Amino acid sequence: MIEMVNRPYEKAFEKHALAHPEVLCLSADLTSSCEIDKFRDDHPDQFLSLGMAEQNMMSFAGGLGLAGYRPFIHTFGVFLYRRPYDQLMASVAYPRRRVRLMGFLPGITTPGGMTHQAIEDIAVMRSIPNMTILETGDATEVESICAAADSIDGPVYCRVLRGSVPRLFDTPIEVGKMRELALGDDILIVTSGITTEEAMRATAALAKAGVSVRHLHLNTIKPFDDAAMLDHIQSVKSGVITLENHVTEGGIGSLLAEIMADNGVGKKLLRLGLKDTYAHGGSRAYLMRYYGLDALALTRGVERLMREEFGITENDLAETRVDAVHSLAKAEGL
Amino acid sequence: MTEALRNEKTTEDVALGIRRRVFEHAMRNNGGYLSQACSAAEQLAWLYNEELNLGAPTLPMIPKPFGGVPHRDNPAYHTGAGYNGPVTPEHDRLFIAPAHYALVAYATLVEVGRMAPEGLAMFNQDGSSVEMIGAEHSPGMEVHNGTLGIGLSTAAGLAWGRKRRGEPGRVWVYMSDGEVQEGQTWEAIQCCAHHRIDNIKAIMDVNRQQCDGAMDSVMEVGDIKAKMEQFGAVVVAVDAHNLNDMRAAAKTPHEGKPLIILANSNPFHAMPILEERFPRLHYVRFKSEEERARMNVSIARSLGIAPIDYAH
Repeated sequence: MIEMVNRPYEKAFEKHALAHPEVLCLSADLTSSCEIDKFRDDHPDQFLSLGMAEQNMMSFAGGLGLAGYRPFIHTFGVFLYRRPYDQLMASVAYPRRRVRLMGFLPGITTPGGMTHQAIEDIAVMRSIPNMTILETGDATEVESICAAADSIDGPVYCRVLRGSVPRLFDTPIEVGKMRELALGDDILIVTSGITTEEAMRATAALAKAGVSVRHLHLNTIKPFDDAAMLDHIQSVKSGVITLENHVTEGGIGSLLAEIMADNGVGKKLLRLGLKDTYAHGGSRAYLMRYYGLDALALTRGVERLMREEFGITENDLAETRVDAVHSLAKAEGL
Repeated sequence: MTEALRNEKTTEDVALGIRRRVFEHAMRNNGGYLSQACSAAEQLAWLYNEELNLGAPTLPMIPKPFGGVPHRDNPAYHTGAGYNGPVTPEHDRLFIAPAHYALVAYATLVEVGRMAPEGLAMFNQDGSSVEMIGAEHSPGMEVHNGTLGIGLSTAAGLAWGRKRRGEPGRVWVYMSDGEVQEGQTWEAIQCCAHHRIDNIKAIMDVNRQQCDGAMDSVMEVGDIKAKMEQFGAVVVAVDAHNLNDMRAAAKTPHEGKPLIILANSNPFHAMPILEERFPRLHYVRFKSEEERARMNVSIARSLGIAPIDYAH
């Protein structure tokens, strides 16, 4: 049974911010939704409410960076780049301000539908010079995201999980270091964020079916060490499969495609994720099934890549974790 | 260089010198930001020659060539802020929010002895740091403001941080009235008021012009002063060509609020022949050699100098 950790960000941010007085907590009217309401109440001197005005907030954060502070901006991922994109470029990314963009509800982890689902954020951020991208995949990574982000000399975009988060790992994020979860030699599975848990559900069933899986989890998406990944790609016989909580253009699927093409690797690559489509509102489990982002979709992908059917069904996969959309474990419905 | 840092010239002389330099540049280059020199010369002259508390420049009088953009592989990168002196707690900072005024701002740096005249000749030349739209690395600039409306927000963040640190230096923003069409300007004013940021002061060139022409024909903005006051600023309207007006306005108390001086300006001030080009004044490119020659004679006479010998 996987250990579930309730609101890991809340305590992690408080611990980090109190140890670093130059860290400021910025919020744009989603304070409880980003688990910083307790911090606001307990440490008002280090908290800045900037209201529903993301354009001003982004440039303001750039000004705080110029004044020597390291602002952590808390809001939903979409609101960190869609509306204030110009400000993100001119006030934060270009001048390499040490602004930490804490993007909650990545991809389809929100029932809020298109307006709330950051499904192309990694593609956008990967194309911004000077930007670093981190993504959390479990409670331990959420607990270590503040220190990891704050170690970067420049702007950082983080995909942060909230509410009840499973603990999959027991070591903190080391920026730039991928996690090697399995080292088989048939097929390479690369995941990040919530798709890692899905892949872990699938790997036991795949192993039982005789597939030797190599599974890597990415918490640092940019910058990226091509050489280490290339070794893994060259270690498998049947190809590479990526599963991402994101569109398949510009995210980790594209990242693998670039590495393989740049190095002339003649292996198959299957990119699973949102296929040139928006999602709609619904529970995470429903959306992952509907859009083919779950463990079952991954096993089907492995079958396609290996041209073999293993007869794996939902019953063979490790127990699915079902979150109620409006459970108490969540900060709020949205 | 032996040019004086400040106060060796009267502010009136600095303003006249700015217009002469921008005029000469526009004549030699068959066009330029002439109207901005008409409207803004007194404001920038007053800021640099009187109001701003700046230290001596820390960068060479003749600007270095473009040295690359900010990047982890470019550790020697620096902005052009050093032309405004060192960054210290007691000194003021200035952002030119409409970076399109760069030519006028560079001319000001020359007039107050912070940049050599050779710097102006580098304007908009390939490989130069003296860029057409002022960049972070351009003389006198500290942040990118080429997209309009972001300057006041950045200044607000800096001002909040400086206030928290107890720094006595103020943050000044030079603004343009077209920026009030951007929603971010209003977000910034309400933010300053909410957080009681009062070490920020702005002066806005209200020339009623924008790229497409007269503002009223492009997008009416109504009563800027009343709107800004409603959003939480202390606002004083002045004649942009009356130095005493600006001097008095800057002394207006504004505890807990930002101060915004609306400088109502004439976009043909001191170059009346430019009215012929109304309402397309944003960038005056001469339509013919005949017009260029006629404007050369007329504006030179208005500015009290001989026509520019631009024929090469």
